[in-house]
Amino acid sequence: MSGALRRARALFRVGYAYMTEYRAELVLWALANSLSFILMGAWYQAAGRGTFALAPVDVVRYFLAVFVVRQLTVVWVIWEVETQVQGGKLAPQLLQPLDPVWRHFMNHVAERVARLPFSALLVALFFAIYPRAFFVPSPSTIALFVALVTTAFLLRFLVQYTIALLCFWTERASSLEQLNFLLYMFLGGAIAPLDFFPPAVRAVVMWTPFPSMIWLPCRVLLGDVPTIDVVRAVAVLGGWIVFFGIVNRVLWRAGLRRFSAMGA
Amino acid sequence: MTKTPPDPPQPVAIDVRGLSRTFRVPVHGEGAGEALRYFFARRHKDVVAVDDVSFTIQRGERVGFLGANGAGKTTTLKMLSGLLLPTSGQVRVVGADPFAKAPSFLRRIALVMGNKQQLLWDLPAKETFRLNGAIYDVDDATLKERVDELAAMLDVASLLDQPVRKLSLGERMKCELLASLIHAPEVLFLDEPTLGLDVNAQVAVREFLRRYNDSTGATILLTSHYMADITALCDRVIVIHQGRLVFDGDLRALVHRFELKKELRFELADVVTDAAVNAVVGDGVTHTGSEGRVVRFAVEPAKISATIVRAVTALNPVDVSVTDPPIEDVIARMIRGETGASSPSPSSSSSEQRS
Repeated sequence: MSGALRRARALFRVGYAYMTEYRAELVLWALANSLSFILMGAWYQAAGRGTFALAPVDVVRYFLAVFVVRQLTVVWVIWEVETQVQGGKLAPQLLQPLDPVWRHFMNHVAERVARLPFSALLVALFFAIYPRAFFVPSPSTIALFVALVTTAFLLRFLVQYTIALLCFWTERASSLEQLNFLLYMFLGGAIAPLDFFPPAVRAVVMWTPFPSMIWLPCRVLLGDVPTIDVVRAVAVLGGWIVFFGIVNRVLWRAGLRRFSAMGA
Repeated sequence: MTKTPPDPPQPVAIDVRGLSRTFRVPVHGEGAGEALRYFFARRHKDVVAVDDVSFTIQRGERVGFLGANGAGKTTTLKMLSGLLLPTSGQVRVVGADPFAKAPSFLRRIALVMGNKQQLLWDLPAKETFRLNGAIYDVDDATLKERVDELAAMLDVASLLDQPVRKLSLGERMKCELLASLIHAPEVLFLDEPTLGLDVNAQVAVREFLRRYNDSTGATILLTSHYMADITALCDRVIVIHQGRLVFDGDLRALVHRFELKKELRFELADVVTDAAVNAVVGDGVTHTGSEGRVVRFAVEPAKISATIVRAVTALNPVDVSVTDPPIEDVIARMIRGETGASSPSPSSSSSEQRS
């Protein structure tokens, strides 16, 4: 087994073991993402009364997809990094021949695997309560969705980790994340589908990294591939990953020069 | 008589030249007005934590790094291990620049901090060992062999299945040490490894470090607040005060030069007269203070037994304890230049420094 694979397995095992220690919290974390269901109710009523780009049942499916995508792409790395930098817990990790980012990343992967059964249970429960919304995506749609949602997670992780690195300069980088979260929710399509935005606004928003984090995988899951420019959206997504990847490494190197290892 | 050839020079493990580190720290005033001013215009001041420190340590040496709180010990260790970027000066550890954090360098060193943990809090310690084994590319067979050996030396074999949070401070510290040694580091930096441990645990950790050094030839640089750690482990000490190196040399020379004495503390059945106290005082024994039924003496190590015998007769004690002088006292005396020697400034201490 190669060294990298062995490390990944070891990090995953530790992360998964931690998550099973916190299994009760895991259920609560899964439920905490239920904002989609609240918004679903509101937009379902509105779609039934007015003229919208989506029919009421499509609105329901969209917000269910939002729930699934957010379950699969939730990221909390900024709070981990901030605590570690300010509490001195980053120091032991810097002394090991492994970039600390891999610990965070594999923790997220392990959490995702541990959370999956609860999320699936909630989706099954939803279909039991509202069978009209039930749909089965085609295998090719599922494959494209998995690829997009994985990439969306990578971008979301990268963006938040990059913001987190500002804690080498400011004591509360997580305050910036609150602004980022607002943009992510609104421009990502979690509050309202981007299809409801005025065309001019949507054209601008599509160049930001946010639609590819929620709206794009949701629309693909619903089988709307022919109606959206997936190729351009994926190119934008890739561009942002490269951009944040470069910024991230620059900030990391500069941050380490400033790191005072206080509390360590 | 056949002359034995001189030992070949040992390769240098740690080479420090003109090392300095200055921190820029914010200055807060008091009161609402100052808080408002701080909000709009922050003021800072520069604090020199380490100032032009130079020394070399040969491979396999065990060196004590002494200094009072805030003297710059931990900052120096952080620069030696690569956590902190020096403001100026040069550091080479096993030939590498620590701050570059090259994986090949990180595989050869370890830094153990007594008050910080790398152990996974909610999981058994063996999970951390397995993780470290993977991170350091230690194969499973070697990992098992090392863990078994180190666990036996530290007497923690029965604790490795328990969640770390269930372990006592001393047990955790031993497991921390074990976790830090999975990759068999050539250079071991220890920052207060016995901090907060009970006497038994302190002795166990000291004994373990001595055996580890003997069996692997690893270089050990150890900071401690306890003189007992230093005297038990180190032949050489480096003393730092207000960021500057004030002594680098043989521990016995330090003890001799500053006439380091143990403190004998007697708790008496009743308050005694000055005459009874003076009956205990003698050559190498001075009375340092009395508080009610407690009497203290500073005693040369060789005269402890005789002093206790005299005190039993003269003072009728109900309890006695022997302690090392606080490190702060030793350093304060060193700075004052006691014992009739010239003041041990960095320049005057150069005679004690190793080339």
